[in-house]
Amino acid sequence: MTATPIRARSMGTHLTRLDGHEKVTGRATYAAEHGFTLPERPLHAWLVTSTIPRGRVERVDASDALAHRGVVTVVDHTSARRLAKPDDAELAVLQDDAIAFRGQIVAVVLAETIEAAREGARLVRVHQTPADSAPQVVIEDGEPYTPEAANAGHEPDVVQGDVDAALARAAVTVDATYTTPHEFNNPMEPHAVTATWDGDTLTLWDSTQSVHGVAAVLGRALGLARGKTRVLAPYVGGGFGSKGLPHAPEMAAALAAFAADGRPVQLAVTRQQMFALTGYRTQTESRVRLGAEPDGRLVAITHDALSQTSRYKEFVEQTATAARMMYAADARSTTHRVVPLDVAVPAWMRAPGEMPGMYAHEVAMDELAVACGVDPVDLRVRNEPEVEPETGNPFNERRLVECLQRGADRFGWADRDPEPGSRLVGDWRVGLGMASATYPALFMPGNTARIRALGDQRYAVDIGAVDIGTGARTVLTQIAADALGVEPGRIELSLGDTALPKATVAGGSAGTSSWGTAIVLAAQQLRADHGDDPDAGVESSSTSEGYPDMENLALHSFGAVFVEARVHRWTGEVRVPRMLGVYSVGRVINPTTARSQLLGGLVMGLSGALFEDGYRDPRHGHVVTQDLATYHVASHADVGDLQVEWLDEEDTAATPMGSRGIGEIGIVGTAAAVANATFHATGTRVRALPVTADHFLG
Amino acid sequence: MKELTYVRATDAAEAVAAVAADPDARFLAAGTNLVDHLKLGVATPGTVVDVSRLPLAEVEPLDGGGVRIGTNVRNTDLAVHPLVRHGFPAVSRALLAGASGQIRNQATTGGNLLQRTRCVYFQDVTTPCNKREPGSGCSAIGGFGRYDAILGASEACVATHPSDLAVALAALEARVVVLGPDGERRVPMTELHRLPGHHPERDTTLAHGELVTHVELTGSDLALRSTYVKVRDRASYAFALVSVAAGLELDGDGEDAVVRDVRLAWGGVAHKPWRATAAEDVLRGRPLDAAAVREAVDAETRDATTTTENAYKPAMLRGATTAALAALAGRDLA
Ligand SMILES: Cc1cc2nc3c(=O)[nH]c(=O)nc-3n(C[C@H](O)[C@H](O)[C@H](O)COP(=O)(O)OP(=O)(O)OC[C@H]3O[C@@H](n4cnc5c(N)ncnc54)[C@H](O)[C@@H]3O)c2cc1C
Ligand code: SF4
Repeated sequence: MTATPIRARSMGTHLTRLDGHEKVTGRATYAAEHGFTLPERPLHAWLVTSTIPRGRVERVDASDALAHRGVVTVVDHTSARRLAKPDDAELAVLQDDAIAFRGQIVAVVLAETIEAAREGARLVRVHQTPADSAPQVVIEDGEPYTPEAANAGHEPDVVQGDVDAALARAAVTVDATYTTPHEFNNPMEPHAVTATWDGDTLTLWDSTQSVHGVAAVLGRALGLARGKTRVLAPYVGGGFGSKGLPHAPEMAAALAAFAADGRPVQLAVTRQQMFALTGYRTQTESRVRLGAEPDGRLVAITHDALSQTSRYKEFVEQTATAARMMYAADARSTTHRVVPLDVAVPAWMRAPGEMPGMYAHEVAMDELAVACGVDPVDLRVRNEPEVEPETGNPFNERRLVECLQRGADRFGWADRDPEPGSRLVGDWRVGLGMASATYPALFMPGNTARIRALGDQRYAVDIGAVDIGTGARTVLTQIAADALGVEPGRIELSLGDTALPKATVAGGSAGTSSWGTAIVLAAQQLRADHGDDPDAGVESSSTSEGYPDMENLALHSFGAVFVEARVHRWTGEVRVPRMLGVYSVGRVINPTTARSQLLGGLVMGLSGALFEDGYRDPRHGHVVTQDLATYHVASHADVGDLQVEWLDEEDTAATPMGSRGIGEIGIVGTAAAVANATFHATGTRVRALPVTADHFLG
Repeated sequence: MKELTYVRATDAAEAVAAVAADPDARFLAAGTNLVDHLKLGVATPGTVVDVSRLPLAEVEPLDGGGVRIGTNVRNTDLAVHPLVRHGFPAVSRALLAGASGQIRNQATTGGNLLQRTRCVYFQDVTTPCNKREPGSGCSAIGGFGRYDAILGASEACVATHPSDLAVALAALEARVVVLGPDGERRVPMTELHRLPGHHPERDTTLAHGELVTHVELTGSDLALRSTYVKVRDRASYAFALVSVAAGLELDGDGEDAVVRDVRLAWGGVAHKPWRATAAEDVLRGRPLDAAAVREAVDAETRDATTTTENAYKPAMLRGATTAALAALAGRDLA
């Protein structure tokens, strides 16, 4: 059975966040706080990390630490529980003496207080021997290779037509290289976990985007029988992809708890440790070549993307994939190369691939607009493909042009003088820039929802999804209400627990689509099994294996971002007083929470455009801008008049709710729009993020 | 964090005696800098003597429009104090350009001046740093250098002093009142901090146990017509890439106006607030225009040393200094 589209009643309305009150009054319990709710007092864990990029741990001398008041024990690679399957190198914590990067966990201190644990960690002496050969820690050091696949299974290279010939013939060409630095997710709540063992059963309260994912991965590595790993995540303070999969700290907490004599262990990763242990967006370098007719119509697109990965676990940012579907051109080539280094493991960060890739592609499009003398909005309109270029599939609801036109109208684009550097207001050079945005409508099979009638048209809806702060709890309640044809107040939704039916990750902007489809299916199953007025106690559950017709249709969301940037003529400082994003994202299920997602995406895109810059020290091998005073993200003062809107739309090819995902598209294209606006303000083209003041000094 | 003894001082002299007698003791004010260092293991004192509740929290008027500021006046209170806002706008602006509202509500005057560098290696105990651990080496040289000094640095240390307030006070020739075991002395603001030389572990000229009790400012026309320009990538909550505190007195009006007197101090360029006397000398007696400012800044930065990481600073100083003087002159210097 597959779900059939449902009628919107609660969907589309501003239902207030169901957990808002708990959160703002501090009653919502986050992962590290669960220790205090347990009968047994928790021990506090503190991570000790390597201070060389490659080598061996000779010996962990814990004598001073153990002598410190309150320190209970120190777990290292000689004492930690052995994993049954240590094949995921990132999770093979404390399994041997190898040091694969600087900042790797080499011991865990357990103590009665957090202060004693931290001091214990300072007192642990780790004797390390550097490897004979010099570690390679910066991209210039290493040799690129072609990966088997980029993230999410994308082909590394795709070639259509003869790009070299097309470029050679093209009347106008752009050939430029764009770079983005290492970027770090930095959710407000750090990665944190409370772990406790009861015999051979492990329970984790984890700050994660996927309870079932964590349970499966950790349970398998630890060799626990099915059902012996319970993971709960009732509240999560953001993730941005960094909590999509378990990272080393979760395993460290599980191993430490195993050594804690039955006491629970709580661990909160420090902000500094988050720059080494919880994933990051690798730096990228994109060479983009565009060939066009004099009127801007593209004849060739190439996007060659280079990134770096960790030598001990591969992650390949799919930087060039957006170029495969964005614009029409007969000849096209996209490639991914990656350099392995002795560094921390990169992973997902909001819109992996699209964020750096569309930054590069959309700045190149701006350069093409200038080269052809065509308005940047018109240039995009002229390059609309009729079918998805990569697959030849027809698009379902490709409404990019409407987003562009609506955005241009609302932003006052028509009044823009195309001449760069033509407007000075006080001491500020003012420019307008824009870019397109896109994100695929992803769907994850294998979600199960269970619905139990409680009588009187009340229903309990269970699914192991996670609300990481996005509003999933609220939105899934609305979906369940509409699927059952009742008011949202009649739904009791439970999520964030592996004791509930299995759900996939809150990631890929696919959470609501995938979980919601399972809920709709379960509701329809319940009606089929038990009718319109079921007795209290009856239940149905269903697993949704598929919904969208991706074989025959290209399903994507689109958007257009418009930015006003001001560059100070004396100091070069860049400020962004105005941003607008117009999106086509299917049906918006809850305008309040959706707006937050899109606004947040724009702010994060602004942040990437102007501020974020992880500096990895070429000698030491770790990121030294490792706190929020030195790794800048946008502050309130950086965010001016920020507006988002969306087209009225319903996409029942994508989901039975008519929605597509909205979590990531806001960050896509935004950095390009900002960079393009700074070019328009000044006439200076900066091709490296972040776009900082020093580029604009006279 | 290392276990330590916490002592709450009730009397300034007692606090001085307690710290002076114990090489392992440190003053604690609001702790917005020191407590971070305790947690990170950057500072590991055996004792902290909390001076934040000593009755030194008044801004008092002095004859001739001056003010005397107690060390425990919080940054926010100082910034909005009418005597300061009116008589010393550069001081108000410098404070409000610093840190965040929450931190300013806590941070004290003395603590602000004596906060330590934000050099990323100084704060990371896993890397060598001569300032934190004399003789271990300087990681900033050849590393992350966007904020590094371009003036007065040494082979031992290229860090900059982070305080905005100190830059404004250096321009306006404040004096710092210091209480030591042998009594009180006054230190010109420009001599409170030192250049790193061979001893970057010493930020200031104060002896161990000397307590800042007050800061004194003398009123003047230069101070009345003063301002502070801070350049930073992020609009708030960021340390200066460079900053300029300026005071200006002009003879005449409009484009013909001649600089009668000027004060300039720069932040983000050195181990101490940098009083730009060579630049002042170039400007004094000259009509104020873009060329004069450029010449003045170039004179001061003639001996600047830069790397690819901070090569932008001289040009940014030219811009920021022009912006500050243009604002004071009330006209465009382009
Ligand atoms: C994220 C962040 C951003 C910031 N941004 C800025 C900025 O942009 N500009 C800026 O100027 N500052 C900035 N600050 C720094 C802030 O201004 C200082 O932390 C604060 O002023 C220190 O004051 P305090 O009272 O908390 O000092 P404490 O932390 O208590 O003390 C600092 C030091 O001064 C010593 N000390 C304190 N009082 C005395 C005294 N009376 N006599 C002798 N020694 C004393 C202490 O022993 C210690 O070494 C920022 C801080 C943070 C955390
Ligand atoms: S510049 Fe100074 S503070 Fe920074 S690492 Fe070098 S010695 Fe330490």
